[in-house]
Amino acid sequence: MQRSSVLIRLVAMGAVAAALFTAGCSAERTGGAGPAGGNTGPVKIGLVTKTDTNPYFVTLRDAAKAAAQQQGAELIALAGKFDGDNEGQVAAIENLVQQGVKGILITPSNSGGIIGALQQAKSRGVTVIALDTETDPTSAVDATWATDNTGAGEKQGAYVKAALNGAAPKVLMLDGTPGGAVDTQRHNGFLKGMGLANGAPQIVGSANANGDQNTAQQATENLLQRSTDINAVYTLNEPTARGAYAALSAKGLTSRVIVGSIDGGCQAMADVKDGKYVATVMQFPKKMAQEGVTAVVDFAKSGTKPTGFHDTGSELITEKPLAGLDSKDTAWGLQNCWGSAGG
Amino acid sequence: MTAVVGERRRVDISDLVLRYPALGPSCALVLAVVVFSLVTDTFLSLDNLSLVIEQSLVVGTLALGQTLIILTAGIDLANAAIMVFGTLLMAKLAGVGDGMTALLAGILLCAVLGSISGGLVTSLRLPPFIVTLGMLTVVAASSRIYAAGQSFPVSNGLLGLLGQRFYLFGRIEVTLGMLLGIAMFLIAWYALTRTAWGRHVYALGNDPEAARLTGIHVSRTQFSVYLIAGIIYGIAAWQALGRIPNADPNAYQTGNLDSITAVVIGGTSLFGGRGGVLGTLVGALIVSVLRSGLTQAGIDELYQDVATGLLVILAVALDQLARRRSR
Repeated sequence: MQRSSVLIRLVAMGAVAAALFTAGCSAERTGGAGPAGGNTGPVKIGLVTKTDTNPYFVTLRDAAKAAAQQQGAELIALAGKFDGDNEGQVAAIENLVQQGVKGILITPSNSGGIIGALQQAKSRGVTVIALDTETDPTSAVDATWATDNTGAGEKQGAYVKAALNGAAPKVLMLDGTPGGAVDTQRHNGFLKGMGLANGAPQIVGSANANGDQNTAQQATENLLQRSTDINAVYTLNEPTARGAYAALSAKGLTSRVIVGSIDGGCQAMADVKDGKYVATVMQFPKKMAQEGVTAVVDFAKSGTKPTGFHDTGSELITEKPLAGLDSKDTAWGLQNCWGSAGG
Repeated sequence: MTAVVGERRRVDISDLVLRYPALGPSCALVLAVVVFSLVTDTFLSLDNLSLVIEQSLVVGTLALGQTLIILTAGIDLANAAIMVFGTLLMAKLAGVGDGMTALLAGILLCAVLGSISGGLVTSLRLPPFIVTLGMLTVVAASSRIYAAGQSFPVSNGLLGLLGQRFYLFGRIEVTLGMLLGIAMFLIAWYALTRTAWGRHVYALGNDPEAARLTGIHVSRTQFSVYLIAGIIYGIAAWQALGRIPNADPNAYQTGNLDSITAVVIGGTSLFGGRGGVLGTLVGALIVSVLRSGLTQAGIDELYQDVATGLLVILAVALDQLARRRSR
């Protein structure tokens, strides 16, 4: 019984091996449809996002799909399972190359983890474009379409500084994830806009909220437990700002604390209108997706790979414009925001 | 085996599938390969098929250790976390010292962490689910503390060795990691089916009390399984660095469940004592064949997860059916 079971298994394994082998052989005989090989159909474009649950990436994906359709191209959207899923992103890149895409648009989770796969894709004649998040080094991709996150942070900082109207700043910093590139750029940009140095005494406290509302609320509650003598809060993104607002309103501090944010999700337009936080800096994922898709289609036509960093811009959104700072109101914001306004 | 001896046995396909746990998955794998080859014009190429194997290596190796533990009616939720800690230690040590020391230290760390799980399960008789759930949390947090929010690129030749490619007959892309992976599965298969230790593992999974009464040293065998699994996770860490030369504390967060998926699809019973490592190899391949094939058929990624999930349920249902019939 034991022996025959083993035998059957061996036969089964043999069958698999044979199937794989003959599969390989037949591909060889017919010459195979090699990677990126003579496809006559529409231009295929791959999109690999960090996850497919975040509304930001859903917007990016939908905009890319729409842009591809408009230009007669086909978009294949893949994603990691969680932020940091390098293996998932690498497998996605490999599978896209195998499928013969002309270009890959990627929002890298951790560029160190996927650099090898990007290089391999490039060596097979695929153009690789980073969207939203730069790779480190930036030469790992041909070109980048992203928000200048330092600039966006600076806009938040400049607004908060102006809104303090000369009062000495006492700031809470609600950061994202330690070591994250975008997180660091926004943080430093904000301080630049405020005219503060890292570690300045005007920074009353700081915490990592991982861009998550619940974590942000807890972190703010704990920081306020130490001292309520603050007048400004930096937040990495809007979920963080909502968490901070909940903690501040529980302490009755909302009227004298200025909260700024970054992102430009549609939900935030209502928040800014309600005054939960006074301003946010909108970024434009739709533009990144559209311009990325166009770049790949152009590459397919002309054979010239895109290059360089392309700033897709950012816009200060507030209902309380301040002199000397360009801004738009939430009505304009609702026309241009990403994600859905629900919730 | 309640059939009366001498009664003419009908060769019944469903009977066969139920009796040999790896047979169903193997057929499913062949079927999947054939179907994807027909419906897409990019799936069937040597490059892609070796890619599919490469993509299943890390989870496959994790699943190998997982199989040993599940055969004893246990489960290991901490395996991927242990492996990730291993990659971090290897990468950090290789930054300051030589690759061999780093590699051995990483494997040793994984072996120690595996034996901690094993020690808690055997000596305190705690349920493996709870022990490894606790270990998962502790080890994942320790990794983050150790890494301090950083990830560590690896440039050491030895640590990246398994990702090195060469070509058989000038065409077939092979990595050293594939060869090591296949060798490990064959060794484990031999140990489980051809040695006394292997029979003890099955006996223990079937009925620990009966195993004890036949003179098997139950807790020693059980402990050895967790220790060996730990060593295998250490080698999985080496595989992981070969595939992606970057140790990242955030990586492989779903590796534990992915490995259980491969084991279950491969026909090994979650109740222990039934199944084997060759099935797991097939299970791991099925998962990456599905991912690759469905991607190339242009099917949305979330449907790939739906397909994998349905396969898990089907596999468990078949296992239950087999158990009921064998009674």
